[in-house]
Amino acid sequence: MKSFVKQTGAAVVALSLSVVANSASAQDLLFWSKQGKPVEEAQAMRDAVLSGFEGSVDFQPNDGGPWLTRLQAEIEAGEGKIGVLGALHGDYTTFADDLADLSDIDLGDAAMNETFMELGKLGTSEQKYIPWMQATYVMAANKKALEHLPEGADIDALTYDQLIEWSKTMAEETGSPKFGFPAGPKGLKHRFFQGYMYPSYTNSMVTKFRSAEAETAWNKFKELWSYTNPGSTGYSAMQEQLLTEEVWVVFDHTARLANAFNERPDDFIAFPAPAGPTGRGFMPVVVGVAIPKTAPDMDAAKKLVSYMANPATQIETLKALSFFPVVDVELPSDMPAAVQLSGSAIAKMSGSADANPGLLPVGLGDLGGEFSQVYTDTFERIVLGGEDVRAVLDAQAETLRNVMVEANAPCWAPDPASDGPCPVE
Amino acid sequence: MQNKWLPYFLLLPATLFLLLFFLYPFGMVAYQAFATDEGVLTTKYITKMTSHWKFKTALSNTMWLALAVVPIQMVLALYMATIVSKLKKGRDLILYIWTIPLGISDLAAGLIWLAILDQTGFLNSLLVGLGITDQPTTFLGYQNKGTIFIAVMLAEVWRATAIILVILVAGIGLIPKEYYEAAEVFGAGGWKRFTKITLPLLKPSLQTALMLRVILAFEVFAVVAALGGTNLPVLMGEVYNRQFVLQDSHVAAAFALLILLISIAFTLLIMWLLRTPKEARL
Amino acid sequence: MSTESTVVTGNQRIAKWSVNISIVFLCLWVLVPIYLLIANTFSSPAEVNAFPKRIYPSFDTESVRFFMNFYGVGSALWNSFKVACLTMIMSIAVGAPAGYALSRFEFRGKNTFRVLVLMTRAFPLPLLALPLAVMFIKVGLDDTVLGLAIVHTVLALPFAVLITFSLFSGVPVELEEAAWTLGCNRLQAFIKVIFPLVLPGIAASAIFAFVISWNEVFAAAVLTIEHRTLPAFLLQSLDDAPLHLKFAGGAVLVVPALIFIFMVRKYLFSMWGIANR
Repeated sequence: MKSFVKQTGAAVVALSLSVVANSASAQDLLFWSKQGKPVEEAQAMRDAVLSGFEGSVDFQPNDGGPWLTRLQAEIEAGEGKIGVLGALHGDYTTFADDLADLSDIDLGDAAMNETFMELGKLGTSEQKYIPWMQATYVMAANKKALEHLPEGADIDALTYDQLIEWSKTMAEETGSPKFGFPAGPKGLKHRFFQGYMYPSYTNSMVTKFRSAEAETAWNKFKELWSYTNPGSTGYSAMQEQLLTEEVWVVFDHTARLANAFNERPDDFIAFPAPAGPTGRGFMPVVVGVAIPKTAPDMDAAKKLVSYMANPATQIETLKALSFFPVVDVELPSDMPAAVQLSGSAIAKMSGSADANPGLLPVGLGDLGGEFSQVYTDTFERIVLGGEDVRAVLDAQAETLRNVMVEANAPCWAPDPASDGPCPVE
Repeated sequence: MQNKWLPYFLLLPATLFLLLFFLYPFGMVAYQAFATDEGVLTTKYITKMTSHWKFKTALSNTMWLALAVVPIQMVLALYMATIVSKLKKGRDLILYIWTIPLGISDLAAGLIWLAILDQTGFLNSLLVGLGITDQPTTFLGYQNKGTIFIAVMLAEVWRATAIILVILVAGIGLIPKEYYEAAEVFGAGGWKRFTKITLPLLKPSLQTALMLRVILAFEVFAVVAALGGTNLPVLMGEVYNRQFVLQDSHVAAAFALLILLISIAFTLLIMWLLRTPKEARL
Repeated sequence: MSTESTVVTGNQRIAKWSVNISIVFLCLWVLVPIYLLIANTFSSPAEVNAFPKRIYPSFDTESVRFFMNFYGVGSALWNSFKVACLTMIMSIAVGAPAGYALSRFEFRGKNTFRVLVLMTRAFPLPLLALPLAVMFIKVGLDDTVLGLAIVHTVLALPFAVLITFSLFSGVPVELEEAAWTLGCNRLQAFIKVIFPLVLPGIAASAIFAFVISWNEVFAAAVLTIEHRTLPAFLLQSLDDAPLHLKFAGGAVLVVPALIFIFMVRKYLFSMWGIANR
């Protein structure tokens, strides 16, 4: 027992010393990112993307909770360590007031996507974030699924009806449902409803939320759901279920399919999202870099922001994170399989005759989360809870209307522009 | 040092520590549940919480899980502790093995059990491999809420019984052996010795273990999220969702206070049920 | 030999066997899931994804090597260890006196204090992290090993207080009083008589403190930047990681905690024989 006490005492002394010694250390520029979380991606960001930057960068990817909490704390304390932020368009809407104006940033010869630059103003007159990278959602399939494809269906111009039929055939012929949908807690299901299903059936994201067309859409989705793997409510990134072959056909974010493509490029294909009566709805995902007003070294942070927009950096980022460039670049031919497969699917999707691109929600401020929750709740009530479609749509439309009015957000594509808050008819 | 002041002196460090690092931040969060950003007092966040369509499900799931898991764990831990206390050889090894789950976080436990129960997991591999089923079964699908519930129960029992076990083992160690010897002399059987000596003398430890375990049970989340996805909403999951996804810290605080309230209610209940009358103390 | 005694030994044999079977079953119940985790860690990515799964490893070390080479794993491991040890020491130093006071004295506010202690465990930490982080940034505790250890101590304190409380309650007051009559003062009596008796229990709560700190992700992710701990480093990235890395990451986290419990087990368990006098 004496030795236990002695050891403990020695440990206390040693630890107190090391705690003191630790307080002094070199200041790296802290890149506080919500993207690039998977360990392999974080490693690639550090080794390949940020190693070319003149200063030394500490790339710290984080889960949404800690990411947000740390940022909020620094803003509230009025000082902090975060130099540069990396996050989705929707993550920034809450913090517009706390982000430094980047209008004067020198982007060099990078030709930045104009629409995305506009989104980066977050509805203000200042440039709140600089677009960093983009992605979208596509379909992916195991090649085994192709033999069950309905007759006459073109994989690159699929309709929702054909997808339902295909899923049904697969379920019947193989004995188990082979369509998978990311409906888990961390799955990106709400984007499917907002940017894919609604535009494809109603040519709207908000205005026609409770329309008759929307009712059709949800009933179609319920039909698709009956041939969907019931494990879907636990799926987050569909690459996992593709690789385990738990399912054969999936819908997901390109970055969440990348592992499957890279690991077994010959076994999988990527193809455009299906089309409905009002076209082939799809939606981009925009990730931006921003600088909080509390950044310790504003100059270094701005240098890093402009470095991220550099075409060469953008190509390295694409290899590391499977997110596509937001500036004009010439892609080299030696790109990873995921980039080639999903890149060509995206090109087919946006180039299709019936393409119906939507925009990301703008002007929602800190109600962005609640906006998405409306779609998630609608899904959970109608599809999982089996509630009446009409009644749920009416109830949720009320919530949606409140969100739009409270945020005073005008409509965005594909809804026609509105004076005042976007109406829910 | 006078006896009157000694207890307060002994409590001082812990109290100061908790005031500074718990009560102060807690007060700030709790205040949010009842006040708007502008500082206007309101009950609208409480209403918003209770009127959400998922509220009742989350509440009842959390309660049912705690009620289903904790009693099993108590009985199991008590059984394990009595076995261990009677062992003559190999006691250290067996106790070490049984306390292994102590070192495993809830996130890691969720990961392990998902790997077992997944459609392409080990249990299905076994069932198909032995020819019991010819197609892998989806245990964790949304139509099988009961199966998901049982899966979460299994994982929780596996993960968190060791906490109780360690407390009980340490408590049994303090029961004087003479009591058992005396009981044996008077011909008391094993069961009688257990109910007349072990249980009553173990009361302080039982109470502690039960309180801690119940409180942790109301905060269950990581394992539920891993195995149940969105199918089994629990209160803690709603806290996370409100705070980090919806960024509605007011309603998040309301949910957190509800968890606290339930925990305190159960704590007081357990304190009362397992109270040791003063005259019965050693 | 009478018939009666044969019956008794028969019953005893059955009882003994049923106990043995229970022991084996319970050991398997604990070990099999851990074994599956380890087996998967030492399998190649293709094998991890395959169905039906193999239950024995192929000793492929690719996944493990990935983590071993991962940027900063070494220093994160060391940070975790420092934070966990500090947490252990602080929670015992602050918690054990409180536990002793609760067990030996009747005083006003006793139950209030117990409820306060439990409240710390009943309130979700992720919400407390924000005000704590603001406070730490302002006073310079942000991004220090000590700061994180303080938060973890808040989490571990209920265990320390309540476990020591229940143990001190289990030690007869007469023992202490006997020491006093033999000329010890209160402190001496405590050190010479009570402390050795409850040492296993203190070790138990120390282990809790260590493990709680070791496995805590959220506060660690918010409050440490340069002094990142291992779980903050690994665990929250695991969700998005491919399956084989999930298993390897899980194993990387679990193994040190198991080694720690193994190393301190003798304080925890072998001493309670002595406690029985």
